[in-house]
Amino acid sequence: MKKKLVMIGNGMAGVRTIEELLKLQPDGYEITIFGNEPHPNYNRIMLSTVLQGDKSIDDIIMNDWDWYKSNDIQLFAGEEVVEIDKEKKQVISEQGRKVDYDELIIATGSSSFILPVPGSDKKGVVGFRDIHDCEMMIKDSRKYKKAAVIGGGLLGLEAARGLLNLGMEVDIVHLMPHLMERQLDETASGMLKKELENQGMNFLLEKQTQEILGEERVTGLRFSDGTEIQADLVVMAVGIRPNVQLAKDSGIYVNRGIVVNDYMETDVPNIYAVGECAEHREIVYGLVAPLYEQGKVLAANLAGVSANPYEGTICGTQLKVSGCDLFSAGEIGDDEGTKSIKVHNEFDGIYKKVVIRDNRIAGIVLYGDTKDSNRLFRMLTKREDISGMTSVSILEASGCCGGGEAGDVAAMADDELVCGCNGVTKGTIVDAIRTNELTTVDEVGGCTNAGRSCGRCKSLISDILAYTLGDQYDTSAKKAGICGCTTLSKDEIVAEIRAKGLTNVREVMNVLGWSQEEGCSKCRPAINYYLGMVNFDGYKDERDSRLVNEKMHANIQKDGTYSVVPRMYGGVTTAADLKKIAEVAEKYDVPLVKLTGGQRIGLFGVNKEDLPAMWEDLGMPSGYAYGKTLRTVKTCVGEKFCRFGTQDSMGLGIELEKKFERLDTPHKVKMGVSACPRNCAESGIKDIGFVGVDGGWEIYIGGNGGTDLRAADLLETVKTKEEALEITGAYLQYYRETAAYLERTAPWLERMGLDHVKEVLADENMRKQLNERLDMTLERYKEPWQEAITDNGIKEKYYQVRKVTVE
Amino acid sequence: MMMKETMVRIKLTDFDSLPVGAGQAVTVNGENIVLFRIYNGEVKAVENRSPHRKGGTLADALVSGKFIYCPVYDLKISLEDGKVQAPDTGEVKTFKVEVIENEVYLQI
Repeated sequence: MKKKLVMIGNGMAGVRTIEELLKLQPDGYEITIFGNEPHPNYNRIMLSTVLQGDKSIDDIIMNDWDWYKSNDIQLFAGEEVVEIDKEKKQVISEQGRKVDYDELIIATGSSSFILPVPGSDKKGVVGFRDIHDCEMMIKDSRKYKKAAVIGGGLLGLEAARGLLNLGMEVDIVHLMPHLMERQLDETASGMLKKELENQGMNFLLEKQTQEILGEERVTGLRFSDGTEIQADLVVMAVGIRPNVQLAKDSGIYVNRGIVVNDYMETDVPNIYAVGECAEHREIVYGLVAPLYEQGKVLAANLAGVSANPYEGTICGTQLKVSGCDLFSAGEIGDDEGTKSIKVHNEFDGIYKKVVIRDNRIAGIVLYGDTKDSNRLFRMLTKREDISGMTSVSILEASGCCGGGEAGDVAAMADDELVCGCNGVTKGTIVDAIRTNELTTVDEVGGCTNAGRSCGRCKSLISDILAYTLGDQYDTSAKKAGICGCTTLSKDEIVAEIRAKGLTNVREVMNVLGWSQEEGCSKCRPAINYYLGMVNFDGYKDERDSRLVNEKMHANIQKDGTYSVVPRMYGGVTTAADLKKIAEVAEKYDVPLVKLTGGQRIGLFGVNKEDLPAMWEDLGMPSGYAYGKTLRTVKTCVGEKFCRFGTQDSMGLGIELEKKFERLDTPHKVKMGVSACPRNCAESGIKDIGFVGVDGGWEIYIGGNGGTDLRAADLLETVKTKEEALEITGAYLQYYRETAAYLERTAPWLERMGLDHVKEVLADENMRKQLNERLDMTLERYKEPWQEAITDNGIKEKYYQVRKVTVE
Repeated sequence: MMMKETMVRIKLTDFDSLPVGAGQAVTVNGENIVLFRIYNGEVKAVENRSPHRKGGTLADALVSGKFIYCPVYDLKISLEDGKVQAPDTGEVKTFKVEVIENEVYLQI
């Protein structure tokens, strides 16, 4: 019979222990978990990103409900354990549920420490510890204006940044004269303060809170020096307190935390503690890396596998506040036994300090430039002797051939930690990459857990990928984006299509030895695109190999509804078209009508079965808001109306859009046309942009306003509209022929080099040939909605929903 | 006496009218199901709900062999047992489908 394992607590440390245990011994235990919170296990470290608006709560769930189900774990979420009966070996929940255990893990974590000052129980006083706190702050920010954060440490600053993002004014109250005084020295702390003040935070240093003011709800704070401030919301971020009451009540030995030995055993047989509630060698940890190490040791102990004892952890800290790159580890202050190397560049806002004791690195403070943090931290944890090194080579990574990160990776031993949070070594990652043919950082995370917690090691993982895959990473994996069904790179596939005269997706997969007969969602759209690019004058598109939005000719939304966005050439419309759009929106009860970012009207939340009829009623061309194709040409009003405009921007925009609409491109393409250098159409961040100048147009290429912002580069200046159209055609075709599917023009241009692209487009003969191939390609496109309306086959296959009723 | 479990067979559609390689959404007594006539000629049925925690539907999935790729979140899902393939996790309900003389039946 399986032994019964019960865990009290459903947080990061505990669940990680279970994950490790399942790896070692999948069927060893019947597992029951009690969690106070009504959620599955989530990534508490990322709460600050939720508050800062970068992620949703759903995004930070680490093990969803299905994970518990598929691992046969009984989870009681939102149910608190109130008693441990050591004699009967049983836990009892507040609902009176009794569960027997053979082994018991206490992983109750910690709570925010709430300062015991008068008024701390008032409404509007919160900690910053769980989803509930986070939700409360978000809710309060809609109603109130002024927030005060007590505590100028890591957590407090992350909370303050979040509150600023939520539109609140924020005062940060700190007892000490410096921020993050445990991690930063005076210089770095001063730099941080300045940066955060620039971001809008207001600091009240050396202030001790004496009372929280207000009737039922907080209205302000009074300090020990008699001064007061106003506040509608007070966030306590002064530290954490291990949750030990239950253990204490049950007669388990507790000091600050639940005291454990090097195998995470408490003083009661068969009861263990792990995580922030545990105290090991007089230290209670509040960072995730040591907790995961503890979990690993405990899992091995429970599985009966021999493992090294847990001997404590040296922690590195980084701040997750945008605009502040900061890393700190070990000793940060100086004393008689230490020497330090410092670099302080006030112009660039960079400060680096390495504290050295007995020829070994004892501490690190990096501000403004943290790229050396992995390397230095490794030297610190390995206690590397640095007596032979110069101060410059300690601070700057060097290697035999230019060095940098790649050389750094090569020099790493296999057992060196890459992801401290999850305890994943370089060797494990390299193995996983080789055995499972991984090509992306996310895939490495999926396989090994590396990079899935704080994410600081992601750049290092990427370097290891590059180092392990060599050229493969550059050509086939990183740039071509081709999938696990083949080992061929994009260039190889295109060459084979040309050489063997391949004409359809299935043929490509068969002839080139695909491992998955019918391909996958990554390779099929890519092959379909490459085939269409090579066979420009007669390719028959394979709709079922298209990404969903292109297959359906509408953007899918998360609830399965779609959007309708008619073309509006150059952002110009008429009263009649506006009326028609309004009538259709009304007729089909469209829940959201919104101007899109590309100067058109979008109708959102449309049922799929209504799509063909709506397009028929509209009688307008599709705006291709869903396509890897020309999306929009944004324009300003230009010389026709604007007193500054020197050129006809609307005219050129409309002409460009009419000429290049529907063209398949490796990724979406956006254009902008501004009539003067004031650049109202934002032409400098478009795939191709035009800026009117006296007597002509400046043409910019490779801009991007998306995830990775990139300012476009000036390609050349032309005199006429005809020249502008000719250059655009050649540029688009050259991009079509040389980019990998899903590679946008910005990274493509960086890969190809601006000078190279300039050279190609300057060659008159080349330009002509590119335009010829492009023009032939453009011939094959038809208006997709006209086709769908007139072809019943398409309507039935893609847009119908059958209803069957049975009595 | 033990009741013999009865199996209900519901006629859904004609086999010929099912397109190859594209999901067909069907509501059967309010339950949302999606049928796939896959390239080898078999017909598969799963619940029309993405197992991703943010939800979504599966009707417009990309079909490859006995797998589909969720159109919204690109999860790879087996049409045989409804299981989401690693590294993602999750599951959807599957239904038994029979094709008898050009007619497609759902067994429940």
